[in-house]
Amino acid sequence: MNRGVPAVGTALVVGATGDIGRAVARRLGRDGWELQLAARDSQRLEAEAQDLRLRGVTVTTYDCDVLQEAGPLALIDALPAAPDVAVCTVGALGDQPHDEKDWRAAERVMRANYLGPALLMGALANRFEERGHGVLVGISSIAGERGRRSNYIYGSAKSGFTAFLSGLRSRLHRSGVCVVTVIPGYVRTRMTDHLELPALLTATPEDVADAIVVAIRKRRNVVYVGRVWRDVALVVRAIPESIFKRIPL
Amino acid sequence: MRATNLSGWGRYPVCGCQLATLRREEQLAEWAASSTMIARGNGRSYGDAALNPELTLSMLAMNRLLAFDANQGVVSCEAGVLLADLLKLYVPQGWFPPVVPGTAEVTVGGMIAADVHGKNHHRDGSFGRHVESLRLATGNGGVLTCTREENADLFRATIGGMGLTGVILSASFRMCRIESEYVRTETLGTPDLAATMAMLETSNDQRYSVAWIDGRAKGGDLGRGLVSRGDFATADDGSARRAAHRSRDGGRRQLPIPALLSVALNPVSVRLFDALYNRVGRSQRGSRLVHHTSFFFPLDRVPGWNRLYGRRGFVQYQCVLPTSQSSQGLQAILERVEKSGQIAYLGVLKLLGEQGEGMMSFPMPGYTLALDFPVRRGTLELLDSLDEITAAHGGRVYLAKDARCRGDHVRQGYPDLPLFGDVRRRSTNATYDFSSAMSRRLGL
Repeated sequence: MNRGVPAVGTALVVGATGDIGRAVARRLGRDGWELQLAARDSQRLEAEAQDLRLRGVTVTTYDCDVLQEAGPLALIDALPAAPDVAVCTVGALGDQPHDEKDWRAAERVMRANYLGPALLMGALANRFEERGHGVLVGISSIAGERGRRSNYIYGSAKSGFTAFLSGLRSRLHRSGVCVVTVIPGYVRTRMTDHLELPALLTATPEDVADAIVVAIRKRRNVVYVGRVWRDVALVVRAIPESIFKRIPL
Repeated sequence: MRATNLSGWGRYPVCGCQLATLRREEQLAEWAASSTMIARGNGRSYGDAALNPELTLSMLAMNRLLAFDANQGVVSCEAGVLLADLLKLYVPQGWFPPVVPGTAEVTVGGMIAADVHGKNHHRDGSFGRHVESLRLATGNGGVLTCTREENADLFRATIGGMGLTGVILSASFRMCRIESEYVRTETLGTPDLAATMAMLETSNDQRYSVAWIDGRAKGGDLGRGLVSRGDFATADDGSARRAAHRSRDGGRRQLPIPALLSVALNPVSVRLFDALYNRVGRSQRGSRLVHHTSFFFPLDRVPGWNRLYGRRGFVQYQCVLPTSQSSQGLQAILERVEKSGQIAYLGVLKLLGEQGEGMMSFPMPGYTLALDFPVRRGTLELLDSLDEITAAHGGRVYLAKDARCRGDHVRQGYPDLPLFGDVRRRSTNATYDFSSAMSRRLGL
């Protein structure tokens, strides 16, 4: 069933200088997509665009700070045409023990993982809905499945984003617009560079990009990067709160 | 930055290292406090060259292309770009890197730091010869552009310098034109060392040549092998098109290793050798067209073949002996290995051309022999004795493969080492010091 989205077309990647954003852009570029890349640091963004152009990809770049209140709308206004697919890879882990005592830092984490991405997806959704087709891909996190003491600021924002995407998907499901929630577990990126992660459970940014490409093609709803994480999510959600609160996770 | 166990491709030695990833060059300032560091590419040097317990800096995220001159075939890219990545992009456009080692899973920075050679060394020299310029983060926190004119001694020290002069950030090098993705090649069996060497010498007019030596041969069969030689097919090589039709996948399909095989003692390379040897034995004369990936990178089809040697890993002994000493020296090495009872599964023999341009470049005119040994009791002692033979014949070992050689042998084998040391000291100061487990082991 073709819901009006071609196999390739134009894709917007927001957060295109991050590790996952770079991997997604390269993968889509290799598959023949035209790219609209958006990020905060225009100099670094230009380096990524140049790399992709040398690989034969048609690329345009847009300055966009999703953390700024006006960021999402300014980006959408800057685009010459609404893309067929939009992937939002924006996010920030923060430093939980520090952020618990620094509300500004906590707010930044919430902004980077929830407010900014959700408002951006929402604004794009309205465009896509008017037009009657499009795929929105938001990258949430396994951390959003349940608030844990070790990272509940980040987790709560991701949880909010997951819920937002879920509602958006439901709202748009008859409109021809498809909303994909990507839920990675551990991914080795700049965000996790300092963490010791279990090698067998840790995905690469390229794994995430591959999962996204499949999800776009197959119009998936929710995609866990690595099947084991779906089971982890099921277990984590099933534990009664009276027990969960005692588990030092 | 995080603590992790790292090793080279041989998985020996394993070393606890602080590992950080460089994503853009401004980040280097973050590690100014580290007293010492080494850059690491894709971990394809065999021993301890890309290990530093205090700070090992992964360059794999520095993998952007910077420019390409489609008239001259000059590509500029960051140091972490993989050769495989370049091949995927440029081979279809009719360009091929001037020199490729035995695996495509290496970074451009690694190829420069080891000044790698390939099957065309006798004609085209090593990789460094084709590098036009490189950008190097040096010890005082600055970034220098190095060419044959500008910072020339740093350029010569960095080519083959094993990362000890600084962090190679980017480089530009010239590629060559090819008319086909396929190589026209022939493989010839040779009964002993003299015949193998003679065959390599008569193959010198061919662009690519190399010999595989049967490491299990004994007595009069020592040095028996397969000489493979060839060149890229021409566009009007009609059968090139046929081959292209016949095997679309071009031999690029990866062979999975069943888990059980990984505990088997018989590594893939031997199977590959046997298969080839038998094919030649069935007198498959004449030339064939093969995809360039199976010609240049046969072992890349078996991802993780280095694990087949088991938990203790393996070491590769690669030395070069000057032409006049080669025959005697190689015979002595193979006899010594035979006497030791250690199994060298596979040997690679290659006739090299000119001395490399770098102060620490490995190649010199003569024969280079590489032998893989699983690490067992007595292996390291055997290699020590091979060092003596190499030294006695005026040769040297290849640092990109080395995990265990003594410093005095390296000092003897690399006459430009004092000069290299001077340049390196000038490039290093209190801010950053570039050293590796290897440089400390060798006292460089």
